[in-house]
Order: sequence, then structure tokens, then C-alpha cells
Amino acid sequence: MAERSPGTRRTLWFVLSLVFAFLYIPIAVLVALSFNEGGLPTAWSGFSLKWYASLAGNSAILSAALNTLIVALVSTAIATLLGTLLAIGIEMRRQYGKALEALIFAPMIIPDIVLAIALLSFFSMLNLTMGLHTIILAHVVFNLAFVCSVVRARLKSFDWSIVEASADLGASALTTFRRVTLPVIAPAVIAGALLAFTLSVDEFIIAFFTAGAGRASTTLPMQIYAMIRFGITPEINALATIVMAVSITALTLSQRLNRGIIGQ
Amino acid sequence: MAPALAWLAALMVVPCALVLALAFFRRGIYGGIEYTFTLENFGLVFDPLYAGIFLNSARIAGTATLIAVVIGYAAAYAISAAPRRWQPVFLFFAVLPFWSNYLIRTYAWIVLLNREGLITQLLRWFGYTGEPPSMLYTEGAVIAGLVYNYLPFVILACYAPLSRLNPELAEASRDLGASAATTFRRVVLPLTVPGIAAGAVFVFVLSIGNFVTPALLGGGRFQMIGNLVYDQFLTANDWPFGAALAMALIAIMLLVLTAQALAANRASGHVTQAGGNTDG
Amino acid sequence: MTATSLRRRALKTSSIALGLALALSAPATAADLVISNWDGYMALDAMAAFKTATGVSGEVVVHATNEEIMGKLIAAGGKGYDVVFVSSPFAEVLNKLGLTEPIDHAKIPNLANLYPEAAKLPHDVGNAFSVPYTWGTTGLCYRSDLMKVAPASWSDLLAPSDELKGKTTMLATDRWLLAAGQLDKGYSVNETDPAKMAEVKDLLISAKKTLLAYDDTTFYSKLVSGEALMVQAWDGWCNYGIAEKPEIKYVIPKEGSDLWVDTMVVMKASANKDAAFQFINFMLDAKNHAWAAQNIDYKVPNKPAMESLPADFLAKFPNMAMPVADLVKFEQLRDVGDAQRDYSKIVSEIKAAQ
Repeated sequence: MAERSPGTRRTLWFVLSLVFAFLYIPIAVLVALSFNEGGLPTAWSGFSLKWYASLAGNSAILSAALNTLIVALVSTAIATLLGTLLAIGIEMRRQYGKALEALIFAPMIIPDIVLAIALLSFFSMLNLTMGLHTIILAHVVFNLAFVCSVVRARLKSFDWSIVEASADLGASALTTFRRVTLPVIAPAVIAGALLAFTLSVDEFIIAFFTAGAGRASTTLPMQIYAMIRFGITPEINALATIVMAVSITALTLSQRLNRGIIGQ
Repeated sequence: MAPALAWLAALMVVPCALVLALAFFRRGIYGGIEYTFTLENFGLVFDPLYAGIFLNSARIAGTATLIAVVIGYAAAYAISAAPRRWQPVFLFFAVLPFWSNYLIRTYAWIVLLNREGLITQLLRWFGYTGEPPSMLYTEGAVIAGLVYNYLPFVILACYAPLSRLNPELAEASRDLGASAATTFRRVVLPLTVPGIAAGAVFVFVLSIGNFVTPALLGGGRFQMIGNLVYDQFLTANDWPFGAALAMALIAIMLLVLTAQALAANRASGHVTQAGGNTDG
Repeated sequence: MTATSLRRRALKTSSIALGLALALSAPATAADLVISNWDGYMALDAMAAFKTATGVSGEVVVHATNEEIMGKLIAAGGKGYDVVFVSSPFAEVLNKLGLTEPIDHAKIPNLANLYPEAAKLPHDVGNAFSVPYTWGTTGLCYRSDLMKVAPASWSDLLAPSDELKGKTTMLATDRWLLAAGQLDKGYSVNETDPAKMAEVKDLLISAKKTLLAYDDTTFYSKLVSGEALMVQAWDGWCNYGIAEKPEIKYVIPKEGSDLWVDTMVVMKASANKDAAFQFINFMLDAKNHAWAAQNIDYKVPNKPAMESLPADFLAKFPNMAMPVADLVKFEQLRDVGDAQRDYSKIVSEIKAAQ
């Protein structure tokens, strides 16, 4: 758009800088505070890693982090498997029933609080003891939908005749899947998995409602919520910095593997 | 396919149906559920008090949506006008904060806005000595938190149609003597309505059902539907009424989605028309 | 058909995955006892000391509010917990829901340490289903260095002077929020008469306009930082503020206070009730209970424990020295049964008011 006037271009750059300042200043403040000796936003009292050290010694946070990792890894694994198969199933048959589309779309759009209370009522009615396993069951619901939609986007341009050709040449279904379909969709599957992992690591409301008693099923976001509710301890800043670094790494990886996933 | 669909059926469809069913029962004195059929929970949703909370939530969510769409559209427009090779980079960084933890992003605003927070400190540093402004626990703080959290999605949704916009269209419009403003209003804007609608729906639906942001940034002084549902389930132990509220929330969501589909349909009508004009 | 066999295989794989997931995430069966308490409401090493004393291991989990733990207990039928710390009106509800186990006095010899008054509390005369752990008053906690006139009445909070506008907080939890209005009007803290409650509601709505926030978890830190100048507070939580800033003071308004009692209850669903009673007995030990009083800064209903508190501690936190006879004059919050619904609605109206 080289023909824009310098004035317009300046305005556009100005808009862009303002928006990026708005998006990044709050985050930058937390990151900066996490290295502040005093830990308070009132004054800079010197660079220090002590909040990271005190984080490392906080067993409640460490066990919450471990729980989060378990939930995210297991729910991602299940969701990736099921979501990918669902995507292949739909795209292979090319049946796009309205009800089916709605079913897959729903977990992505349904308000968290509604899904959360629905699952709470459901588990409570079944008299199920709640814990990490119920959080995992719940997380798979929305993770599966996200993985499915990422993989489906990739499959839209897939030429299904090569699958038939492979079958005609005597390859078993599994061989065809492994040698033909999987290589094509692998980047999308991994990108979908990373996306699911990120969503699960950050998810709070559904985990809050479907968790069981105590530390055994307290996830990191639940721990963070409790910390915020109990007042501002500088440890949160250090924790925030680490959590953001992890999410950002996962997203960057996912972006590299499946260029443009966030643009879909 | 089957296991995935079974999973969704068992852990989404059935629980949601259960909530719908719950809404037709009565709360027992101590929070249990009395299995007698009643419509009073739905009646209660229209009680002036709760209807008022719905309207107020819609107003707060609507304001957040409007601000997010204006800022997000401007940002998306600026990104789409940047040099091609920079666009993905800008877009990536615009969306990046969205994938960090929601609670942490909200907490950052407590640090910024509280009376002894960063903004007050900055003001004092610049020599301000008066009474520190009260910014946290206001409606403005709640709206700022919602806009901040959901802005990246609007940028993303608006960028998609803007980047696909054929530059020749705008050029042709200008060649035909239309001013930049007219070109934007008559050509660019209509073609990007689907993106705006998608972004707006997302912000609105997530804002109206939110309970974390009003709880943390509103200091409990702003009741939104999300808080109300939360309270019915975890505080008042009135599950049937909470279920009715959740169903009302779903109804609003469906209404908004339908409106979005209509807007997108109308806009796609515009696109063919606009496309036809340039061809001819 | 190739597709069918692929599906069948997928079904098998995914059921293995599910099994694996459930196996991996099965709750770790580490502790014999699960105790839920407010954060920082007991000694951090209490469980270790308990294990040394009895050989029973326990895990403490925390809840932020009564409501939060009630929600969880009712949803899960009390499963997963053995001993729960809740305020007395909530203990009453748990009892009426049939979720509590009757207290076996024979297994808790340390009950003898309680003040006689603590065994006759109206919510549970004779400690049939609950054992009091701490008790106290609800009043005003304020910055004496930043306020010109010391508060003396609930009206100082509900209709504050200009210097306090936007710098006060009230408790967010239904019953104590309403109690401030009920006490100011001279009504019972269990008043349910609709006309009187309508007055209370109007009063609290007008008070809302002058509030910084509703807060029942971080109000004392708001006082310490100076974000707020006066807050409605439980006496012990005000002591946290006093510990950090001696200029913070506590006063019971002239219209009075409620007598709040935080109790320990044993869940009927507990699989380890004997250990649960052992735990309660351990907490009621004079030394342990004195430790609690001195470290969480709340009054405990334990006679030998209170009598062992050092004088300088009582001087620092004057409300700790309140005579039991004065304390039990105040009315307890009671479960109001069906009227709780009206209370909830009134609180919704207050919180929704513009």
C-alpha cells in the first residue's frame, strides 16, 4: 500500500504503537515486578531472583503446577487422538450435517460457566468423586473441538483419492493412515495438540467447578485465583512470568508447525 | 468418529440437558432439589431484579464489545496496511497475550489500577500530590479488563477479511471520485462486516457470562449474570434457579449468533454486488 | 471395509487412552485425613505434630469462604473431607442436611478445656454436631492515624463522613453484610420480618454508593496499604492488620456485634471418623489451642489456653482480652431456614443496585 500518504502512514503506525502498548504494558509491568527485590509496585529496590526462589520452595504451587501438567498432558493426548479421528471421519465422508457441526462447534462457544455448572451437576448426580480425573474428562470436551477444527482445516485440501489408491494397491487401513494420511496432517495435529495444551493449562472456571477436595486436584489457575483473592503477594508476579513464558513457547511452536493457525 | 461423538454426547449434551431439566424443579430448603415440576425459576429470570442484572450485564458487555471492536478494527486495519512481510509478525504479537493466563492478565490490572498502584505512583512521580484517583473497583475497571482480555480476538477476526480485501476495489472507488471516507464507508466497511460480527459476538458472549473479571476488578460491586449463576451454585445453593439463569444465558448466546449469521449473510450479499461492480 | 477397521482400532486405542488417563489421575491416596480450613487458620506444622502424636497423617486444604466449602460439600455429599472448619450457621445447615457426624464426646476428652459458655452456644447446645474452634465479634477496623474522629457506630460505616467516602469496605458474605444493617437499625441479626428487612436493604444500598469494595479476604491489606481507611472486619482479621501496622485499631460499634463462632465438624461421609475425633481432640489441647490464639490472633473458647496468653500479647491486641461474659452477650447468627432465600435475594438486590 505504498500509495498511502505519509500522514496516513504515520497515523497507522501511531494506532499500532498504541494498541501494542495497551497489550504489553500490563504484562511488562508484572515481568519487571517479578525481578523487583521489594516486590511492590511502589518502588524499585533492586534486581533480585528471590521471588523465583520462594516460588520454588512453595509446595502448594509446585503441586498445583504438577496437577496442571497432568491434566493438560492427559486431556491433550485424549483430545488429540479423538479430535483427529473425528476430523478425518467427517472430512472423509464429507457429511456436514447441521447437527453434527453444531455439536462440534458448541464446546468452543458455550460460556465456560454454563459448561462448568452442567458438569458439576452431572458429576454430582452420578455421585462421582471429583478430582483430577473429572477435570480431565471436562477439558477433553473443549480440547477435542479445537483439535478437530484445526485438523479439519488442513484436511479440506486433502486429496482423498490417494487414500483409495493406497487401498487399491493393497495397503491396510492402518498402513494407509500411517503412510499417507498422517504425514499430511501431522503438522496440524501437533499444532492442534499444542493449542489444546495451552488452553488446558490456562483453563480456570471449568476446573474450579469440577475439581475435588483439596490440594490433590488444585490446578495452577485455581491456585493463582486463591492467591489473588488473598491479596497481592509478589510471588504471583514470578509465577505469572513463568506461566506466560510457557504459554508463549507453546504458541510459538504451534505457529511454526502450522503456519497461520491463528489466522484460521 | 464414534468415540469423539460419544465423549461430546456424554460430557456436554447430557450435562446440558440435565441443567435444562434442573431448571424445572424447585430448590429444597437447604439447597437440595425438590423434584416437583415448576416454571417459577424461569418466571424469576424475568423478575425486575434479575432482568435488571441481565440488562446491566448486557450493557457492560455491550460497552466492552463496542470499545474492543473500535480498537481492534483500527489495529487490524493498521496491520493489514503494513508491509506484507511484517503482517504475520504483527498479527502474531497481537494475539500472543491472548494465550497467556486470563487470571494473570486480569491481575495485572489490579496492580496498575489500585489506589496505591502503579498509575498512582506514576502520577506522584510526576509531582501530583492530590487525592489518588479511585480506578479499581469501578465499572470502568471491569470494562477495561474485558476489553484487554478479548481484544486480540477482535484483531484476529477483523484482520482476516481486511487482508483478503482486494486493493483494486478501493482504488477503483477512488478513481470513480469517491473520497477516502466514502470509500471506507461504502466499500471497505461492508466487506469486512463478517469479521467485525464474529469478533463482536465473541467478546459479547464471553463478557456477559464472565464472573472472574467483575469479581476481581469490580470489587463485588457489579453483579453480572456470570456472578449470579456462580452464586446460585456455590453460595445460595439454588441449583434450579442457577440452571434457569444458565439457560437464559444460552438463549442470549443463540440470539446473538443468529444475529451474527444474518449480518454475515447480508454482508456476503454486498460482496457479490461489490465484486460484480468492479468486474463490469 | 477399511474405514470400519480403522474406526474399531481407534475405538480400542481411545479406550486404552481413557483408562490410562483415569489411572494416572486417580487421586493419590496419601493422607488418612483431609481437613478443610481457612488459609492461615491453624499451625502450618499442625499436621506434622499430629502425626508425631498419633501416627495418623493428614492433609490440610484451604477454602477462601464458608460459601465456597459449602458449595463443594453439598455438591459432593460431603465426600472427600473428614473435618471441616465452618462458621456456626453453616454448621447448622450441614447438620440439617444430614451431612455431619454426631460428636462422640468420649473420644474428645479435651472438650473439658472449653469454657462452660462454649458448650451452651445456642446454635448447638451441648456440642452435638460441632466443636467451637474460635469465636469473636464483627466490628470496625480502622486507621487511627488517618482518621480525624474514631468511629463508634455502625452509621460511621453505613453513612460515612466525606473523608471516608470511597475508602471503606464491607464484608461480601451474605450474613455479615446484612448484620451490619440489622445492628445499625437495632434489629436482631436473624431478623426476617419483610418490612424490617426492606429497611435494612435500603440502608445497605445507600451505603454501597460510598464503598470502595465488598471484600472478605483482603480488607486488612487494603487498610495497611492505605487503599481503605475503615473496613467491616472480624476482630481476628483486624489483628492481622494491627500486627503489620500498630496504628490500626478495632472497635465494636455501640449498637453491638454478632457473636460469631467458627466450628469444627466431622463429615458423615468420612471413612476415618475416629481419627477425625482424634484430630479435634488434638486441636483442643490447651497448648495447641493457645498456639492458635497467639498465631492466628483469634480468641479461642479454650479456658486454659486463653489463661496462658502472655500479657504483652494481650496488650498488643486489646480485643483478645475481651471477657467471655461480655462476648457471649451478643447474639449468634443462626440458620434462618427458608428465609435464607429472601436474604440471598436482598443481597443480590444490594449488589445489583447502581
